[in-house]
Amino acid sequence: MFSGNEAELLARAQFAFTVMFHIIFPAFSIGLASYLFVLEGLYLWKKDRVYLELFNFWKTIFAVAFGMGVVSGIVMSYQFGTNWSVFSDKAGPVIGPMMGYEVLTAFFLEAGFLGVMLFGRERVGPGLHFLATSMVALGTLISATWILAVNSWMQTPAGYAINDVGQFVPVDWWKIVFNPSFPYRLVHMVLAAYLTTAFVVGAVGAWHLLRGTAPRRSATMFSMAMWMASIVTPIQIFAGDEHGLNTLEHQPVKISAMEGHFESHPNGAPLILFGIPNQDEQRVDYAIEIPKLSSLILTHDLNGPLKGLDVVPRDKQPPVAIVFWSFRIMVGLGFLMLGVGLWSLWSRWRGTLATNDMLHRVAVAMGPAGFVAVLAGWVTTEVGRQPYTVYGELLTSDSMSPLATPAIATSLVAFIIVYFAVFGAGTFYILRLMARLPRDSDLELKEGPMRSSGVMSGAQQKPQGASHGH
Amino acid sequence: MAIDLPFIWAAIIAFAVIAYVILDGFDLGVGILFPLFPDKPERDQMMNSVAPVWDGNETWLVLGGGGLMAVFPLAYATILPALYMPLIAMLLGLIFRGVAFEYRWRTERGEFLWNWAFAGGSTVAAFSQGIALGALVQGIPVEDRAYSGGWWDWLTPFSIATGIALVVGYALLGATWLVMKTEGRLAVRARMLAKRLTFATVAAMVIFSLWTPWLKPQYLERWFGTPTFLFSIIVPLLVIGCVILLVKGLADGYDRQPFVAALGLFVLGYAGIGISFYPYIVPNSVTIWDAAAPDSSLAFLLTGAVVLVPIILAYTAYAYWVFRGKIREGEGYH
Ligand code: HDD
Ligand code: HEM
Ligand code: HEM
Repeated sequence: MFSGNEAELLARAQFAFTVMFHIIFPAFSIGLASYLFVLEGLYLWKKDRVYLELFNFWKTIFAVAFGMGVVSGIVMSYQFGTNWSVFSDKAGPVIGPMMGYEVLTAFFLEAGFLGVMLFGRERVGPGLHFLATSMVALGTLISATWILAVNSWMQTPAGYAINDVGQFVPVDWWKIVFNPSFPYRLVHMVLAAYLTTAFVVGAVGAWHLLRGTAPRRSATMFSMAMWMASIVTPIQIFAGDEHGLNTLEHQPVKISAMEGHFESHPNGAPLILFGIPNQDEQRVDYAIEIPKLSSLILTHDLNGPLKGLDVVPRDKQPPVAIVFWSFRIMVGLGFLMLGVGLWSLWSRWRGTLATNDMLHRVAVAMGPAGFVAVLAGWVTTEVGRQPYTVYGELLTSDSMSPLATPAIATSLVAFIIVYFAVFGAGTFYILRLMARLPRDSDLELKEGPMRSSGVMSGAQQKPQGASHGH
Repeated sequence: MAIDLPFIWAAIIAFAVIAYVILDGFDLGVGILFPLFPDKPERDQMMNSVAPVWDGNETWLVLGGGGLMAVFPLAYATILPALYMPLIAMLLGLIFRGVAFEYRWRTERGEFLWNWAFAGGSTVAAFSQGIALGALVQGIPVEDRAYSGGWWDWLTPFSIATGIALVVGYALLGATWLVMKTEGRLAVRARMLAKRLTFATVAAMVIFSLWTPWLKPQYLERWFGTPTFLFSIIVPLLVIGCVILLVKGLADGYDRQPFVAALGLFVLGYAGIGISFYPYIVPNSVTIWDAAAPDSSLAFLLTGAVVLVPIILAYTAYAYWVFRGKIREGEGYH
């Protein structure tokens, strides 16, 4: 009835495209919401205006990014039904309630307090305003928790049975939510969001330090970001390693694809640093490898046995090249971030953190690193799960909606055009906001010592500033 | 039988949908009316009157969609593919109007673009929702737990008519909202528009009520069978009551009464549609019990919903209260 293959490819392309766009915004806003919470808390505690100014600066950027996250997220919540209706019918009883909880505990919380946080400072006073900021930050974290429980369940399903119409039915909610990969994925993703934000904040701080516009605020944000980078990156690498061990236990085929192991290695598998996976021939061409290292990392034993992709038939293997490369991009960026973190510690110890131009240039270049790593990580995770939507249980090709190919083709083209135009414009506005940091001296001239109405970021501020919150 | 969980959930989902319709209804309505107010200061006021609350309003849509998947997965899995095109159009419309709230203040040269995005996005979203409603009322064929119609089935004269009707209705909500939240020339013009929109909305409701029974004999039976014919008498009477309050409120210079009466109109119209549908969730194909997820899913989410929905309503009310009162010209949040 429907030309299955094309429709499936298009539906997958559409889902992958929209979700990859969506994740960019939460990855930033989860971290930024927490950063705003810290800034406002520091301001209330230390009464140093620099924190309030930074808060107002980042709040405007947050508002734009958050708006993009919301509209792209709403698309996601309808895509399950429009493009994956069989999946929704079958898995709905298990993942639906968790997404329902996400709406009830997170989305309403964020949305309810967002207005107060953005526009309400004069109306509610500092204490309640801080509460609103806290609720928005908490909401983003709760949101990540539920959606990652959903995603992790699809990776490592647990706590369910299958009923007579083929639906997954919940048996044990505890096991469903705390499925085997969930804790690892949650920790790794939240840290990823914090790192993403840290590198953006660090890049903006570094850029203004290089230009010398607002030394005090730039130095403060740069220093805060670099503390995050130097502390969180090692933790993230450790968490990623643990995550990998967990995946080895529950989705060994994915690990084989990440490592490029087509063959099983009964006594000691090499670590393939680079090479070109050749799935047709089931081997890696031009491999540069270090003997036994992969076994050492994954089994903590030089001669630990590792299975390869040869244990599953060809049609149950994920596309190896994508998984192999995206994994390397993520890990590579992780180590680059570690390098920047260590360098900043060195610089800090030498007392040159605010003056080291080389470090600042590198930090500017590393600004987008978090986004790239997050996308690469998700591609590893999701493509490595193929050909299943619910791992080992439900094939992607059996999850599709009965849609006509031209319908999906049209919508895919529409999404591509609209997303690039709309989110392209948003990114441009965000970059422009980031570039506007009024000079410290200007601020001191214009503002009295304690005006709660806040200091705005640059040119869009009206001079008299009647009751602007943002 | 213990508790009828599917029935309770049908009521909760119905509540989420009507909450969405009236809340996002008024802010989409403000967007629909945008082109009629060409002055920048007026547009600033219009946008600022909804800027702090639109995101919360739209969240009810996410609850409607997400909730449907959780508790009536079969309905979610058949309605969404059937309404594929209008829903995608709605999502794209919502993208444009959603980002316009922020983007419009971030550029001077490009402001006109985001004015269009705000007005166009709101109108497209409202129109698509109306089309989706019309297509749903007409019925969706289901075979083997899947939608079995074609990808243009949603497009009929009836669905186009409901599309237009919803745009008009949302515009009425928007106009009465502006009467309540603004002052000066803007409020005067909104009041004038609201009068005309009241008549247009009532006309649309009458046409809709006369047209639907012709679509499906079941609807006719439903409205004139026992005991539901009682509603068939009460609902129109209440509608007349709301129209009187609305028209008088507008004429006598009241600020809040027209908005409340317009909300009343929407709730009544919605109740009418609900009566026609029950007990189907996908009209004529799937009942709420056929579509329901297993009780273990329903009970799990209900436990949370019972506690969380009242809390949500409380802090949402608080957010509205923080931004209570009129927006004056020149005053803005941005
Ligand atoms: C700033 C972002 C970032 C950085 C620096 C890293 N990761 Fe990562 N990684 C992610 C962001 C991320 C992610 C986007 O958040 C993913 C996708 C899904 C998930 O849970 O986390 C992910 C997935 C992911 C997976 C896939 C697990 C699965 O699907 O089962 C593994 C094994 C690792 N990571 C391991 C690592 C290692 C060993 C890193 C050390 C250098 C590392 N990650 C750095
Ligand atoms: C946490 C929530 C997520 C859920 C529930 C989810 C769900 C899904 C589903 C159902 C598919 C199957 C459809 C398909 O094969 O295309 C899929 C595939 C995919 N997802 Fe996710 N996803 C999530 C997050 C993400 C994120 C954040 C990214 C992006 C960066 C991502 C990237 C992809 C990609 C690239 C595919 C395509 C894989 C392929 O078809 O080979 N996903 N995901
Ligand atoms: C396919 C999967 C996904 C769906 C269906 C989805 C759905 C949504 C929806 C509907 C919103 C808007 C909420 C509002 O109205 O305020 C949203 C925003 C958000 N999503 Fe997703 N999402 C998905 C993937 C993810 C992933 C993988 C994460 C993070 C780990 C995430 C984290 C968030 C956060 C923190 C927000 C808050 C708004 C923002 O940051 O922009 N989502 N999502």
